[in-house]
Amino acid sequence: MLIPVLIGMSIITFSIVHAIPGDPAKAILGEKATPEAVAQLKESMGLGKPLFIQYVDYVKGILSGDLGTSFITKTSVAEEIGPYLAATMELSFAAMVIAVFFGMNLGILAAWRHNTGVDYTAMVIAIIGVSVPVFWLGLMEQWVFAQDLSWLPSNGRIDARMGFEPITNFYFIDALIQGDFVAFGDAFRHIILPAVALGTIPMAYIARMTRSSMLEVMRSDYIRTVRAKGVSEFLIIYKHTLRNAFIPILTVFGLQMGLLLGGAILTETIFSWPGIGRYVYEAINNRDYPVIQSGILIIAFIFVMINLIVDLLYAWIDPRIQYGKE
Amino acid sequence: MNMRKSTVIGLALIFVFSSVLVACGSKDASSNGKTLIWGRGADTKSLDPAQVTDGESLKVTKNIYDTLVDYKEENTEVEPGLAESWETSKDQKTWTFHLKKGVKFQDGSDFNAEAVVFNFERWMDKKNPYHKGGEFPYYGYMFGGYKGDKGHVINEVKAVDENTVQFTLKEPQGPFLANIAMPPFAIASPKAIKKDPEGLGKHPVGTGPFTFEKWKKNDTITLKKNKDYWKKGFPKLDKVIFKSMPDNSARFTALQSGEIDVMDGLNPDDAKTVKQNSKLKLSEQQGMNVAYLAFNMDKDTPVKDKKVRQALNYAVDKQSIIKSVYAGLATPAINPMPDSIWGFNKNVKDYSFDLEKAKKLLKEAGYEKGFKLELYAPSDPRPYMPDGRKVAEVIQSDWKKIGVDVKIVSYDWQTYLDRTGKGQHEAALFGWSGDNGDPDNFLYVLLDKDNTRTPDAGNISFYKSDSLHKDLIKAQRSTDKNERTKLYEDAQEIIKDDAPWVPLVHATPGIAYQSYVKNGNFTHPLNNDKLVKMDIQK
Repeated sequence: MLIPVLIGMSIITFSIVHAIPGDPAKAILGEKATPEAVAQLKESMGLGKPLFIQYVDYVKGILSGDLGTSFITKTSVAEEIGPYLAATMELSFAAMVIAVFFGMNLGILAAWRHNTGVDYTAMVIAIIGVSVPVFWLGLMEQWVFAQDLSWLPSNGRIDARMGFEPITNFYFIDALIQGDFVAFGDAFRHIILPAVALGTIPMAYIARMTRSSMLEVMRSDYIRTVRAKGVSEFLIIYKHTLRNAFIPILTVFGLQMGLLLGGAILTETIFSWPGIGRYVYEAINNRDYPVIQSGILIIAFIFVMINLIVDLLYAWIDPRIQYGKE
Repeated sequence: MNMRKSTVIGLALIFVFSSVLVACGSKDASSNGKTLIWGRGADTKSLDPAQVTDGESLKVTKNIYDTLVDYKEENTEVEPGLAESWETSKDQKTWTFHLKKGVKFQDGSDFNAEAVVFNFERWMDKKNPYHKGGEFPYYGYMFGGYKGDKGHVINEVKAVDENTVQFTLKEPQGPFLANIAMPPFAIASPKAIKKDPEGLGKHPVGTGPFTFEKWKKNDTITLKKNKDYWKKGFPKLDKVIFKSMPDNSARFTALQSGEIDVMDGLNPDDAKTVKQNSKLKLSEQQGMNVAYLAFNMDKDTPVKDKKVRQALNYAVDKQSIIKSVYAGLATPAINPMPDSIWGFNKNVKDYSFDLEKAKKLLKEAGYEKGFKLELYAPSDPRPYMPDGRKVAEVIQSDWKKIGVDVKIVSYDWQTYLDRTGKGQHEAALFGWSGDNGDPDNFLYVLLDKDNTRTPDAGNISFYKSDSLHKDLIKAQRSTDKNERTKLYEDAQEIIKDDAPWVPLVHATPGIAYQSYVKNGNFTHPLNNDKLVKMDIQK
């Protein structure tokens, strides 16, 4: 699956990138450039060559491990993309922890107290969660928790005055490596608001999926049997029902995680989070072809990998699922 | 089997742990002296000033490097920088600069005449081994190309002695001094360039008030005080952090909650809040920019007719645009350049907002029943125009009253540049931010017939006036300020009468800051982001 998806992605992004109007040479030289300078630069960047040749050059580069060099910053994409990717992964992971913890429990609660006030309340929360615009939620969070109450910082990954020196660019890991618990705490305070904003939609999806999947399992014969055996309600829910209801939840989890990694532009913008969404978005504004192409390719790659991991998890959670032994 | 238990316990642990952390999250970070955080909309592209054209890059390099001459604190006239004094020959082709003695680059090497020559050679000569790291766009733009090009103005730069540099020009250039005061032509350490010409953009070394410490991409750039700065007693700040925060509202929230000390790019709507907050201050200074509506005079539409263009000028209510789109943070534009630039013609009278006069002119031109016109509006905010579509809508409703039916068309910025540069528009909203405070930088660039060449026209009115061209070229060749002033004043009258544009407004750059930030140069039209004298006094 991986190879055809990536080839497809590379062709699609390459074509779209070159089809949109606008000129990278002009973006580099600024609005003040003369037509001669723009034409000359275009030629020297190899943008005058036929598109097919440019594509072949690009793929050749990728195959030899060269993701290209940004037109704007003159730095190789492979070198540049690391910190952005780490920032986005850290944020997506935090958002997912929130989404899974609250989403699943909300769904379980709703299923357990099916057709009661609790159920309805939980589902209204879920509907609001799916429909609330991320940018609005983000701005409201900042307004209430940063500006009015001053509980949490409104933006960034860590207090800039701290002069924190990252190693892997995963700030939590770096803070632990350096044994700097003040930095760890500060990074934690910084991630809460964006993670909540980003986690709301997946939380709502997970809650809804958990509820419906749990309801289905709860009606099955073996749950009735377990209940007849006198097992406590907590164990029935969390042990016997949840495990059997987990596959569809996991599917939603996988898809949402992929979306978070690529589609966090709004959250990243509002919370000044230096992630990959903004990196690619700004590259689009500058017509920075290598960054757009390789950035999207990497996002696609991660998306596919997450879904691969989710597929493998199916088998781990449900031993009845076995790959390659049909 | 154990998955459930471990998951539940794990999640519970995370939860408890996090509550503890939130509770004891510390805020102590003020230990390292006076640190100022400047919140802005985008990150720097490169820290080699010769390679960039964007304000966000130059904002930082201005504080790391110095130029030979600098702008005065009060206005855009030129005063000594790294050069103590200078003189020009009678034919105005030779400029001799006497450099300050004892200045050192931040890497310890000496600043001298050789260093100046080295930098200019690197910029101008495409064959120079250090002509690397980018395209040096501003050099070609301000000095007519590069070594060997026909229009290249600088013939030679040579070191007369240790502290004297001599420029020989092929012909006199009026704005020469204003040009070399521009931040892209700051002098970098030859030692650093020789080591890695492409690396200067990441590890800048200049003579300026602050030295580079680190750069987290799309996040922060940290500079620290240059203890050996040649202006004794400066800078006052120990550290400066430029923080990229793309969303204007979020940036303003951060300012209000005290996370940052200064912000630029304030939403005009937030200006009122700043004024009501005693802890914040607002800089109000007419910016060195102009927002305008350009008629495409090359296209076969009614706006080819001068009377029609004048009529449309009479039918734009600039005050209403300033009120509804700029929330008061702008002044109406009369000429193509703001009055903070010398040479501004005060005697030119604007077309007042007068629908009757407009209708009369339209009738004279034979368009009593009106006509249809397509108006381009940028979809992205620009420094001189926070919301192009809103501006277009105000104009649309004004012009409807005289029977002109406007269709508004929007594109993203790169597409917009592409299409207007090729002249595909009938009329377009546009703007310009000045570079060096010289009238040539507005009038010649935006309205001379030399700049109507597609596909990258700077004059998107495609306005070709020979009498204007004569004035502008004559002024370009002269270094006599009185003569130049007269020529530019005449030029502005020609432009007003021909009406290739509706000059709309000069936007005020929205800078808001904490009241404890003192001695900022916030009202300067070009150097409002220079932090040499800025201080924090809590």
